[in-house]
Amino acid sequence: MSVIYKKSVKDRRGVKLPAPDVPAEPAIPESCLRAEDAELCELSELDVVRHFTELSRKNFGVDTGFYPLGSCTMKYNPKILETIANIPAFHDAHPFLPQFSGGSAHVQANLEVLYNLERALSEITGMKEFSLQPLAGAHGELTGMMVIAAYHNDKGNKKTEVLIPDEAHGTNPSSAAIAGYEVKAVPTNMETGMLDLDALRSMIGDQTAAVMLTNPNTLGIFNSEIQELVEIAHEYDAQVYYDGANLNAVLGKFRPGDAGFDVMHVNLHKTFGTPHGGGGPGSGPVGVREHLADFLPISRVVKHKNNDYSLDYGQPKSIGYIAPFYGNYAICLQAYAYIVALGKQGLIDVSENAVLNANYLMNLLKDDFDLPLDRACMHEFVLSAKKQVEHGVRALDIAKALIDEGFHPPTVYFPLIVKEALMIEPVETESRETLDSFAATMKKIARMAEKDPESLLATPSTTSVCRPDEVKAAKDMDFSYKG
Amino acid sequence: MSYIATTDAERQEMLKICGVSSVADLFADIPSDVAPKSFNLPEGKSELDLHCHFRELAGRNKPLTLNFFGGGFYDHFVPAAVDALVSRSEFYTAYTPYQPELSQGTLQAIYEYQTAICRLTNMDVANASLYDGGTALYEACQMAIHATRRNRIVIDGGLNPVYRKMLYSYTANLHINLADCVPVIHGHCDRSYIMDTLDESTAAVVLQNPNFFGVVDDHTDIVEYCHKHGILVIQVIYPIAAALLKTPGEMGVDIAVGEGQSLGLPLSFGGPYLGIMATTKKQVRRMPGRIAGRTVDKKGREAFVLTLQAREQHIRREKATSNICTNEALCALRAQIYLSLLGKNGLKEVAQLCAAKAEYAKQQLNKIKDVEVMRASPTFNEFTVKLPRSAKEVVNAMLAKNVAPGLPLGRFYDDMDEYMLVAVTEKRTKAQIDQLAEALESELCQ
Repeated sequence: MSVIYKKSVKDRRGVKLPAPDVPAEPAIPESCLRAEDAELCELSELDVVRHFTELSRKNFGVDTGFYPLGSCTMKYNPKILETIANIPAFHDAHPFLPQFSGGSAHVQANLEVLYNLERALSEITGMKEFSLQPLAGAHGELTGMMVIAAYHNDKGNKKTEVLIPDEAHGTNPSSAAIAGYEVKAVPTNMETGMLDLDALRSMIGDQTAAVMLTNPNTLGIFNSEIQELVEIAHEYDAQVYYDGANLNAVLGKFRPGDAGFDVMHVNLHKTFGTPHGGGGPGSGPVGVREHLADFLPISRVVKHKNNDYSLDYGQPKSIGYIAPFYGNYAICLQAYAYIVALGKQGLIDVSENAVLNANYLMNLLKDDFDLPLDRACMHEFVLSAKKQVEHGVRALDIAKALIDEGFHPPTVYFPLIVKEALMIEPVETESRETLDSFAATMKKIARMAEKDPESLLATPSTTSVCRPDEVKAAKDMDFSYKG
Repeated sequence: MSYIATTDAERQEMLKICGVSSVADLFADIPSDVAPKSFNLPEGKSELDLHCHFRELAGRNKPLTLNFFGGGFYDHFVPAAVDALVSRSEFYTAYTPYQPELSQGTLQAIYEYQTAICRLTNMDVANASLYDGGTALYEACQMAIHATRRNRIVIDGGLNPVYRKMLYSYTANLHINLADCVPVIHGHCDRSYIMDTLDESTAAVVLQNPNFFGVVDDHTDIVEYCHKHGILVIQVIYPIAAALLKTPGEMGVDIAVGEGQSLGLPLSFGGPYLGIMATTKKQVRRMPGRIAGRTVDKKGREAFVLTLQAREQHIRREKATSNICTNEALCALRAQIYLSLLGKNGLKEVAQLCAAKAEYAKQQLNKIKDVEVMRASPTFNEFTVKLPRSAKEVVNAMLAKNVAPGLPLGRFYDDMDEYMLVAVTEKRTKAQIDQLAEALESELCQ
């Protein structure tokens, strides 16, 4: 469908604004004005509504169908959360209000939500204190790394390196590097699917600022040696970072704080039911153990004896401002509402059913696809398209064939340590019929790969486009419409 | 509430297929010595109870009757169609558009958003969004540092003090030197001060237009001077004002960044917001974040994809230009829908209304005895007022009467205790502005 600018008709209007009720006195000198008006489109409201409605129909969301995207936790986003976020008191509050003593009264509800969410996350993870300011998971990682750097600087520790397993998400090494550290990759033991502890021992030293660990890791394996790992790191005063991207697997089953992890982040948009929005906004709160609490970002929410809330800006050791205000508030609010809605047992049920669904689906598929780690998994598992590659069908072709069958593909080619990886996370909100139907389709595709591989290479045929030319996109660099 | 479909009977059958007798068996890898020491949360609520609970909680907020707070974050009008369209669950519940066949909607919308930002700023390229204006500014500084291989950033005093603090936090551990120029509240940025502060190690100068005090400027002369000395210019913009003001592109700015909240996003107590970034062709490969590009598919049909991904963390890991992964895609979509609805004339009219109403407010407030409006330089929709006593005291007293007259600048600057920053948007009526003047006058009489 054509880009919106092609549909533009000179002088057509979408929104009528109120007539000016004050004299229009041009007070800005000509020299400070733009030469020509910005060429935005000129359309009626219905033109715009039709355009974006049509665009939405070229998209696939959780509400459209099964979205087994590994490590992304594409669970159902309860509708009530959006309703709550749209309550005017939450939706319209100006963020500067609580920065003045007279303004706090106007945002008590907003502050209470922040305080209660911090407390709930502390209880869920066992971390002493939380900051809700990080605006996404990767932003949480960076904040956590900045907290660790501030801690080492404060103690006079000379630290230069961060150790990260080779299966980690790309954000981990990138966040550590951006915080000023050199990154070293620790190999994974492919017999166990866990970080190679001997390799860690040989690499760690006084120069190590932190060890970052995703647990369960991107292979869907819970690291049963974590206590040992934490102890090894702490011998060198290296801080242990828990990437909570996969927290959905362990609610009520494991708390990083209990195992001695020093810093962690939580992806509210993964574990706590808030929507992904086509790539954000997310939210990545950071939790720390007591010894790091002083370094958390400014400001902190404080609860007073009379049940009033205010903000504290007096933290001399804080890493400072990492966001303009208090985080992605509307996302925090929705995550808090999700926790209140589900409650203790509801959260435990989330993890139990997420892990059950993953193991069930893995068992249905393991005869047809190569399973590099043939053992119980947590919330996700990784298959390899090794068998299908023998027939000329790659993981990408399986992904595209699934599209024609009405499914969103799994994550492909990640983790990097599994060749032709298909990383599947079925989440707790999917029904058994959906899993059965997905498994039947995967089996059908596996048979097609043997009998008629060519047909898979031509998929998808049901979508408006098929395998766009990415090389041309990078070469042409057509990033804005010039017509 | 529970959103789980599986029944107990189904669960038993599924466990059998997994070859285990209970769900607990599936968690056998978790060592018993790290079992949760506590998991003390209340039990869940029905949807009805949940809704009542949050309605009641929301009631704790005391509503304002008049609001003139701004400081970079504004109460603009949002047409109903913005909310209706952005809530479509095909957008709302989708993931990052890594599978282009299932994400043409998101991808084309991003491409159209990038186009709108380029047209609004007169810059060559824009990315798909960053978290907010402040993090966008930090990323822009990193781009300049890499482009020039220098490590010093000069910050004009007109920069939003929140962003200034963010820059200091992000660069604390990174061997980057920041140099501040003093804020000038009465007018334009101090050219000679800035030029004296620049040196051979300077990678970029950070300017803001309109600046934090609402003053509009033409930075062309500063850009020319900087470029002669191999220094890049980063300009923080206010996208509504950009419909009216001389653009960063026209001034020759290298990187334009800004807060996109004013483009159809609610204030929402601080987020989610929208980090805008646009730059020149020359800098595109240093630009952080996702970029959508137009190409063709296997059959030659127009198609959109995420491109230049080799800059990003999921490919380059520790060598990426930025660690950003999840961005603010839905907020960028909001901005694009807003810009499409307002259109070429509508956005300009919003800007004109803001400016006209702010001028009127200046006149009305200036009439109050002992109140002095700073009028030496032209402003857009925000301006500074000098009060006869501590602005913080006046503002707190007025807030107690549900009026937010403006931001007391003593909050941000030690030597500006008597100054207040007043923001006026198209939503404020003449009657409200008159009420503000009355309320301020009566407060000052006390």
